[in-house]
Amino acid sequence: MSEDVSINRRHAMAGLGLLSAAAALPSLAKAQGPAPKRGGAMRIAIADFATSDSLDPTLAETQFSQNLQWQLRNNLVEVGPGGKLIPELAESWEGSNEARTWVFKLRRGVTFHDGKPFTASDVVHSFNIHRKEGSKSQTKPILNQITSIKAEGPHTAIFELVDGNVGFPALTSAVGLYILKEGDTDFNKGMGTGGYILEQFQPGIKAVVRRNPGYWKSGHANFDSVELICMKDATARANALITGQIDAYNAVDTRTVNLLQRSSAIRINRVKSKAHFSFPMMIDQGPFASNDVRLAMKFAIDRDDIVKRVLGGFGAPGNDHPLSSAYAFYDGTIPQRSYDPDKARFHLDKAGAANLRVQLHVSETPFTGATDAAVLFKGHAAKAGITIDVVKEPEDGYWSSVWNKRPLCTSRWSGRINEDVLFTLGYTADGTKAGWNETRLNDERLNKLVAEARKEFDEGKRRQLYGEVQRIVHGQGGSNIFAFADFLDAVSSKVTHGELSGDWMLDGCRASERWWFS
Amino acid sequence: MGSVAELLAKRLVFGIATLWVISLLVFSAVNLLPGDLADAILGQGATPEAVAAFRAELGLDQPVASRYLNWVADILHGDLGRSLANDRPISELVAGRLANTVRLAILAAFIAIPAGVGLGILATVYRDRPFDRATTTASLIAISFPEFFTAYILVALFSVTLGWLPAVAIETRGGGWQQALREIALPALTLALAVVGYVLRMTRAAIVNVMAAPYIEMAQLKGASPLRIVTRHALPNALSPIINVVIINLAYLVVGVVVVEVVFVYPGLGQLLVDSVSKRDIPVVQACCIIFAATYVLLNLLADILSVLSNPRLRRPRQQV
Repeated sequence: MSEDVSINRRHAMAGLGLLSAAAALPSLAKAQGPAPKRGGAMRIAIADFATSDSLDPTLAETQFSQNLQWQLRNNLVEVGPGGKLIPELAESWEGSNEARTWVFKLRRGVTFHDGKPFTASDVVHSFNIHRKEGSKSQTKPILNQITSIKAEGPHTAIFELVDGNVGFPALTSAVGLYILKEGDTDFNKGMGTGGYILEQFQPGIKAVVRRNPGYWKSGHANFDSVELICMKDATARANALITGQIDAYNAVDTRTVNLLQRSSAIRINRVKSKAHFSFPMMIDQGPFASNDVRLAMKFAIDRDDIVKRVLGGFGAPGNDHPLSSAYAFYDGTIPQRSYDPDKARFHLDKAGAANLRVQLHVSETPFTGATDAAVLFKGHAAKAGITIDVVKEPEDGYWSSVWNKRPLCTSRWSGRINEDVLFTLGYTADGTKAGWNETRLNDERLNKLVAEARKEFDEGKRRQLYGEVQRIVHGQGGSNIFAFADFLDAVSSKVTHGELSGDWMLDGCRASERWWFS
Repeated sequence: MGSVAELLAKRLVFGIATLWVISLLVFSAVNLLPGDLADAILGQGATPEAVAAFRAELGLDQPVASRYLNWVADILHGDLGRSLANDRPISELVAGRLANTVRLAILAAFIAIPAGVGLGILATVYRDRPFDRATTTASLIAISFPEFFTAYILVALFSVTLGWLPAVAIETRGGGWQQALREIALPALTLALAVVGYVLRMTRAAIVNVMAAPYIEMAQLKGASPLRIVTRHALPNALSPIINVVIINLAYLVVGVVVVEVVFVYPGLGQLLVDSVSKRDIPVVQACCIIFAATYVLLNLLADILSVLSNPRLRRPRQQV
């Protein structure tokens, strides 16, 4: 493995900017803390689940199925703490032909749970499940850029793309792109190369897995068994942890964090995340066509107040662009926009839109407390002379009938793998076609910058390009991004772990394989 | 007994008709809700292409009427169908959940019904005395508290403070039946508390009603003890309304447990129904509703039969003329 890494590093020096992230991690072993200990039965309660959960990778996933998938299966590339890419089933990768051709060298000596060796044809199968005609996979739009995938011998997979994309290796870490056994379509059997083997799966109730004795990652998958338990009620999760019926749970209720922290047997894991909350304005609709009106709306919201009162302080104010410090190319030099009713009035006058009156559509579907946030915003904006009518929408069907349909609504974005995916989906003309660009932003310069950054191997130049993209969204976009939420998990003090990942709750949904009992 | 058989037959026919109407109502109600399964499952990522592929695969692109008729045809062949959402057979999804719900209901009934009827009888025996006042007031409090509140109080007391019973019923593996009983104890107690008050008050009211009758005065004049008057003279004549309230509450124990199931993380039918409605998984919603409705229809039928059997006047109506 060290040989491959040194090869990688040479290429990175030669200009393959993104590879340096992977190459910088010379081995999978965690440097910090004592060595992981084996054993014990881990029990984790998960708040987000559905009776419709399945192990079909093409279906949208709840946190429950995502945790389960990563117990059973691996990706080509894994996202580690700090958003770093870690080689998983791919040992190394290399882009050429202006980042149009990607060659992945695959790990040798890895076997599936039934003993079949892992090869390149498994990779081809796993990607083609999403790409095939009539696929309902949400990953399909991302994979549309692939023109062909082929296996060259058992340990090399070659991807050809329509257009150059230096972020392509990062995409293979996506939720859904798990490596399945060639020809496997009976997904609920849970066959994979992961650290645990499926014993029992009752959607909407629980899943039980036991350790895979032949797991290829050393120091990972330390528990003898892991039980994932579906628990919708926040109080039930807290009670179960307090009374020792479980060892960890996700989505701690911010209102009761302080009470939980009093117990020495419980630890709260607070991680900065990429998840953000927003009141998107459609820039081609009504008053929002004027950038001054958009700016007025952005100055008329008291972000700190919402972070304090809706998120209980467990979050950070947003700055009207979708990047947080959890992203590599976050630009911290953009001045933080803050509540300023006078400036809001100034922009309203400039737009000739004094006494602006708008409807804000909201439901609790995007995030808990969305209605509270909207009502707080109404109060803040009133001081700037803006009247906001808060329209309460049904929770069911919110994403299909309100979001991306109303000129001003409430939205939540969980993190995306990298800047390219986030900006392409959410902020470009292509994103509008794909149904993700909620503000209809269509800025020529931005479209060009995002396309350029996609092909730029030099990290410094990419930083510059994405810096400008952030400034455009911050200055002219329709996104009123007021807060980033922290992830809050509660764990028993018996549980130990290394540095936590912030891409999903519970250590990037990989707590089962990364944690151990002390 | 001929009239009982006739009643039974008539009620069965009505029952089946009721179930059919309910299936029609549920089907159209779920279809009136905004969004369908494809929207619900794909969520924010519902691109038009993915939604279309999903609908075609599930047959959601067919007209509502033909989907309903297909469903009825399957039911008549004894096939509950498959869940749209995860393609598992509904019978398999529902069977385990139904068993859990019924187990919980039976345990709650074992606590609530003897306690409710017994305390109700004692309350009439000691009518207008402190015991009567205390039980009726307590029952009123138990009825008035919402179930989730009762549940949290019980958890705070028995699990968190005293540590006697588990806080959630998650079917700990390898615990045996004692562990299973310990886990189900608090949910059953919560449900029992919700029901015991009704049974107590109805029992008391029914007996008190009869106590004004002349033959009770006769018994009192004979010098019978208050307990004997209530159990031998009043209770048999008050049985019919008591049976009715007991059975209606039994039905409630089966269909009204959603909140208790959520608070105690108990995998019963109520939680499945809520999940399925929010996912617009119509076949599962239909199956759950039919099971709930059938529970009511059958238990009502049972209540009628038992009422008739407990009342000689109803048992032999013609001979009385």
